[in-house]
Formats: sequence, C-alpha cells, structure tokens
Amino acid sequence: MNIVKKAFLRSVPVMAGYMVLGMGFGIMLKDAGYGVIYALAMSLLIYAGSMQYVGIGLITGGATVLTTVITTFMVNARHLFYSISMIGKYKGAGKYKPYLIFALTDETYSLLSSDPESDNRYRFLVSMFNHIYWVLGSVIGSALGAVLPFSTKGIEFSMTALFIASFTEQWIESKDHIPALTGILCTVFSLVLFGPDRFLIPAMLLITLVLTLIRSREEKA
Amino acid sequence: MRAPILILAMALTTCALRFLPFLVFSKKTPKYIKYLGKVLPSAMIGLLVVYCLKDVDISSGSHGIPELIAGILVVALQAIKRNAVLSILFGTAAYMLLIRI
Repeated sequence: MNIVKKAFLRSVPVMAGYMVLGMGFGIMLKDAGYGVIYALAMSLLIYAGSMQYVGIGLITGGATVLTTVITTFMVNARHLFYSISMIGKYKGAGKYKPYLIFALTDETYSLLSSDPESDNRYRFLVSMFNHIYWVLGSVIGSALGAVLPFSTKGIEFSMTALFIASFTEQWIESKDHIPALTGILCTVFSLVLFGPDRFLIPAMLLITLVLTLIRSREEKA
Repeated sequence: MRAPILILAMALTTCALRFLPFLVFSKKTPKYIKYLGKVLPSAMIGLLVVYCLKDVDISSGSHGIPELIAGILVVALQAIKRNAVLSILFGTAAYMLLIRI
C-alpha cells in the first residue's frame, strides 16, 4: 500500500477527536475574546490539547510568564515520558526527527508507540496528519464561534470529558490502579488544602513524592 | 499585549519537555526516570480530571449534578464502547443539555 494512504488510514481514528476537541478549543478561545489568529498560533506552535485549554484560563486570567511556564511544565510533564519511551524508535529518523519529536502528542504517541511500521516517512506523515486535524479544528471552531446561532455554553465540558474518558480507558487497560488513585487523591488533598487557584503545583509535587516513596512496592507489582 | 508572550512561553516550554529526553537520555535512561515514565502518565490524567472539576460548587447553584451525571455517562460509554470520541461527544452534549434544564 502507498505510504501516504497507509499513514492517512492510521490517522483516521484521531481525525474526529482532534476536529471536535480543536473546535471546542477554538470556540472557547473566541468566547474569551481571542480570535482566529490566536487559535492558529496556539494550535500550530503549542500543539498540546489539554495545555491549550488550560492556556485560555492563563491568558484571560492575566497570569505571569513564570506561572505560565510552571503550569505548562506541570500539565505537560507527561511528554517527558512519551519522549523517553520513543528514544529508541526515533533513533536514526534523520531529517524527520525534529518534527517527530515536536509533534509527539498523547494521540500521536498512542498511535506510533504501538505501530510496527518503522518507516520514518510514515511516522512523519501520521504526525503531520494529526497536526493538520488539530489546527483545522481550532480554526473552524474559532470562525464558527462568532456565527453559531445557538449558545455554546457548556462546550468546555469537552475537556473534562476527554480526561474522564482517558482516565477510564487507562483504568481498564492497567492492572495497577495505584498511580491513577495517587493522582486523584493527592490532587483532591491539595485542592482542599490550597484552594482552586494554587493547588496545581503542590499537587504535582505531592504526586511525584508519593510515587517516589512507593517505588520499591510498585516495581514489584 | 501579554497574550502572544504567554503563548510563546507555553510553546517553548512544551517544546523543551518534548526535546529534553532526546538530548539528555539518548545514551542511557536512569531507572528512576523509567519508573516515573511508567507511573506518572496515569497519575497526571487523574490530576487533570480533578483540575477540570475544581470550580464545581456542590453547596450552591446546580450542586455539581450536571457534572456528575455527564461524568458517569462518559465513564459508562467509555467502559462499554471503548471509543473516546463517542464518549466525549455524548458526554458534552448531555452536559450542555443538563445545564439548560
């Protein structure tokens, strides 16, 4: 099969998700007062779905650069681990390597980390198709947000739904539920202790601490 | 204008996170980092779920009932159909409907 067609078919399951979530993002950003140029810039340059949703809050809330960097670090820390697990696969990807690394989102990671096809042009194309869906969805959402004849109030739940669905999926897939429970409990604890505006960073530190403390137990599991 | 600077900060930080391991660990990955790579992703999803629900007030307004019902719908759909797009679409539609009742 043609490599472009093969890559496209592989990316199809991500298409609907990225278009829908991208549109949700574009609409929310527009509602917050930032138009299509911002949607395009964010989706093209940041290209990290959950962070972009969180980013709307940072931009409208007038966050400082330092808060933005720390929050991005915490929300996107998992990308460190996607990259770690792809070091072997992307070795020798040559000219495709920088883009492959840049475009390693949750969904692209989940497609390519489990794909036996090792042609780097194929990996590049899968990554690029996903990126296109995301940018396209955001731009369409931003343009639609202004003209939709009905209220889009509540569309922000798409982000919550995304994470609940991911949480459910990994819960079913995994035998060890301790890390997932650690994430929930430490965050709730931190939320109660520090309040909704300041809990994110303490929660992240607490999660890392707890996971470090239970390491020997977890590695036996 | 603050927004372009913040967007750039988000873009560069995200990029740094994605590139750093390739620059630092391309020879050998420490065991501790490998361990974190295994356990941290699912903990982070847990954190993000709580993050999304942080402003839900169970003592006033709709008492978080729309979030609860739509959330349960997402879990049930995902458990049965294992299709994230479907779960997100129906969950969000249900939520948008519930807050208008």
